[in-house]
Amino acid sequence: MAKQQYRNRIELLQGTLDLMILQTLQWGPQHGYGISQAIRNRSGEILQVDTGSLYPALHRLEKQKWVASEWKVSGNKQRAKYYRLTAAGKRQLAQERSRWQRLTEAIGGVLDQAGNEAKS
Amino acid sequence: MNLHWRSRKQRTDELNEELESHLTMATEDCVHSSGSRAAAAQAARREMGNFLLIREVTQDMWGGRWWRDLLEDAQYGLRVLCKNPRFMAVAVLTLTLGIGANTALFSVVNGVLLNPLPYPHSEELVTLHESKPNFATGSISFPNFLDWQKDNQTFSSMALERGTSFILTGLGEVEQVDALFVSSDYFRQLAVAPVIGRDFAAGEDRVGAAPVVMITAGFWKRKLGSAQDILGTSLHLDGKAFTIIGVVPADFDLLGTVRSRDLYVPIGQWANPILMNRSAGLGFHGIGRLKPGVTVAQARADMERVTQNLAATYPDSDKGIGAALIPLRERMLGQVQPFLLLLFGAVGFVLLIACVNVANLLLARSNGRTHEFAIRLALGAGRGRILRQLLTESLLLAVLGGGLGILLAAVGTRTALRLLPTTLPRAAEVAMDGRVLVFAATISLFAGICFGLFPALRMSKSGAQTALKEGGRGSVGARHRVQSVLVAAEMALAVVLLIGAGLMMRTLWALWNVSPGFETKNVLTFGFAPPSTMTQATADAVRSHLRAVHQKLQAAPGVEAVSFSWGALPLSSDDEWLFWIDGHPKPANENDMNWALNYVVEPDYLKVMRIPLKSGRFFSDQDDERAAKVAVIDEALAQRFFSDTDPVGKRLHINNGTDQMVEIVGVVGHVKQWSLDTDKDSLQAQLYTPFMQLPDKAMAQSAAGVGVLVRSEDSLPVFESIRQASAQMSNQQVVFGAQTMNDIIANSLADRRFSMTLLGTFAGVALLLASIGIYGVVSYLVGQRTQEIGVRIAMGAQRSQVLRLVLAQGAAMSALGAIIGLAAALPLTRLMGTLLFAVSTADPLTYLCVVALLLVVSVAACWLPAHRAARMNPVDALRYE
Repeated sequence: MAKQQYRNRIELLQGTLDLMILQTLQWGPQHGYGISQAIRNRSGEILQVDTGSLYPALHRLEKQKWVASEWKVSGNKQRAKYYRLTAAGKRQLAQERSRWQRLTEAIGGVLDQAGNEAKS
Repeated sequence: MNLHWRSRKQRTDELNEELESHLTMATEDCVHSSGSRAAAAQAARREMGNFLLIREVTQDMWGGRWWRDLLEDAQYGLRVLCKNPRFMAVAVLTLTLGIGANTALFSVVNGVLLNPLPYPHSEELVTLHESKPNFATGSISFPNFLDWQKDNQTFSSMALERGTSFILTGLGEVEQVDALFVSSDYFRQLAVAPVIGRDFAAGEDRVGAAPVVMITAGFWKRKLGSAQDILGTSLHLDGKAFTIIGVVPADFDLLGTVRSRDLYVPIGQWANPILMNRSAGLGFHGIGRLKPGVTVAQARADMERVTQNLAATYPDSDKGIGAALIPLRERMLGQVQPFLLLLFGAVGFVLLIACVNVANLLLARSNGRTHEFAIRLALGAGRGRILRQLLTESLLLAVLGGGLGILLAAVGTRTALRLLPTTLPRAAEVAMDGRVLVFAATISLFAGICFGLFPALRMSKSGAQTALKEGGRGSVGARHRVQSVLVAAEMALAVVLLIGAGLMMRTLWALWNVSPGFETKNVLTFGFAPPSTMTQATADAVRSHLRAVHQKLQAAPGVEAVSFSWGALPLSSDDEWLFWIDGHPKPANENDMNWALNYVVEPDYLKVMRIPLKSGRFFSDQDDERAAKVAVIDEALAQRFFSDTDPVGKRLHINNGTDQMVEIVGVVGHVKQWSLDTDKDSLQAQLYTPFMQLPDKAMAQSAAGVGVLVRSEDSLPVFESIRQASAQMSNQQVVFGAQTMNDIIANSLADRRFSMTLLGTFAGVALLLASIGIYGVVSYLVGQRTQEIGVRIAMGAQRSQVLRLVLAQGAAMSALGAIIGLAAALPLTRLMGTLLFAVSTADPLTYLCVVALLLVVSVAACWLPAHRAARMNPVDALRYE
């Protein structure tokens, strides 16, 4: 049952989490922990990426060849698996971004109209 | 670096390390805020959540989950099965039997019926015969064949064959060799290429051509050590030198039945004075190849035209004679197809029973696992997942059973083929090929799903709560009803097989009791060939030599009576003469004469065969070549041609090459010439003439070999003393092919005996499986009712009552099975109608015996559990569980 809940959350976040991971890697290779910290910081501590969603997502993106990985030693002597964006990943990111843009614009449009009607 | 090719274990290790490094980094960060290292590690862990679960969900992203589950299920299933080795052994063994028997029989069906004949475009090949009164597929006369060859428009070629034998001299011990006379086209049209050398050239089959011979690979190896330089050397056959021109492949035989032929000789070498006689039936049969695209029906129409023209041209010999065309495959396999298919059907039933038995075992076992699955369901396992787990387990059983079954079949087929009646065509071509393996795999899978699905469906359907609530004792009532129905089904299948086997047994019994018209016990038949110099001798010289031989054989120790035989021999070979009754006008042509089987024998023939004399007398030594010609007829001829009058003293004209008039001196009993069961369908009239009155021409021919019949005190040792007696006269003469009359009769029943044995075996296995089934179910039910029975006994029930209670339950199942089985057998046994003799497919005695047998066996199978129940100590029973 617990596993099922995890799966549901993954499905819920899938598109957006993928987008955020790809965007994060746009700034350079990063390991899993680094990615989760980056998303957290950039969202102003609002978005907490669940570890149980992050790693499945990373492995899935790797399987789709949008990211590639390699083991490196980090600044504080910690061995870690670093992910980087591939060429296919960059194309995917561009697509996802424009889709996200359209989606937010669309939703924004709906909300604005609703707001206007409420005012009048 | 390709991720897909790394092992799962490596990837898992890597994933562990990745998650560990995540934890370490998270802990480092926490240390800054919380200070304590231990607290930091704990916080990091808490934030991360369930490590194992994360790992598993991540692993899911790698794909291949389906296979992994299957592997896990199989591993788990194997563990479960191994925990219960007795169950596994019984189930696997049952399946091995079922799948093995089916695979073995399929490999036979595949080799014999399904595989194409071993000739290119074999669908174009048809066998050729003359159709004439009394003979639907009679032999073709040589002149007719030559005209058929010339006049037809639908065949690309036609060839002729006839079995024969030669006495081989000058190559080790003198022996009789089996040969086939063929026309030149024979091998070419079948596209059989010689191993070395060449085959017969056009024209080599003409009368007067230089004598050549092709030897078989078997003969080549046996007599010539497979030497390469034998081409061009000579073989001495019947005293004549034949040049060896080629070697025929070992496995070649047109109809796939003869396993030990030695030679092939062109037909023109046959020194038979009546070879060119258009009305002589000399045992020739033809094989032709249709032109591409010509149908058998078109060829039949064409041959109809050809034979009608011949009948118009030669009304004397060819009136009423047509051509019979039978596709080679039908000629070869028409006889065995129904009996092979019957056996195949029967063995299919055995597999069904095996499946039902294993299903029952699984059901019984599933009771003990209700808890296990209830817990799994409660823990969130999907119904499909559990179904899959159970199916994997049953498929595992099927795969084990299938593998062992294929091994069993590989060994069993070879053994069974050795036991086969020699008449099974193409037996040499039976082998385990790809198709057989695919078949075995398919029926294994089918069986696995068949017996696994039903219990699995039942199990996965039972709700988690109810099963847990009922503490494992729950749905017993419903389940045992299912088991009872399955047992009844097994019983029904066993009944059908038992009835089939019973009917075959009754048929054989009836056939054994058919009197052939003579006493078969202690009668030995064999061939005798005088020294090859005799072939050039006069008829009188042959007569006096054979008289001396007769004396010598008669004097051999153990011999009671001896007779030479020429012409027909009951149940072995036939020969017919035309005749008409003296006083009637001579028929205008041969077609208006009558056929009679002719037996040319000596005075002691009646003593040897113990055929009853009905009236008049049989031959005496005085009926020799100088005396008046006499004959003896059988009851059938007397009945048909002299119905009211006494035939003794009447005269017959016999047309056996020369016109001979004979006086009938006696009537003897009718003898079954053709077979024990279908004798009535063929020519009945039988005519005996004295051996010494054989016309001179025929007597001279008999120097090449005659048949001998001997009655002895004991048939086997006597042959040795006969061989010695013959060798004492001359080491150039041979006795060969000894066979007792009992063997000849046994061989004529070999097919049926073989199907009866196999059917009986299958029925026995079926009955055994079914009784194991009923034993298992009744034991299980007794186990379930332990408490109830304990209460009954405690309340004063008699032990005999308990016994009866349990037995009645078993009897009810088998009674239900028997009723269903009987109902199914009635239509199914009709399929074996052609194999039966003197017994109806609804034979009440067989049906009754089978039902009685079934009830006895099932009560016996229930006896043990019933006895256990009756002897139960009520105190122990009530404490049970």
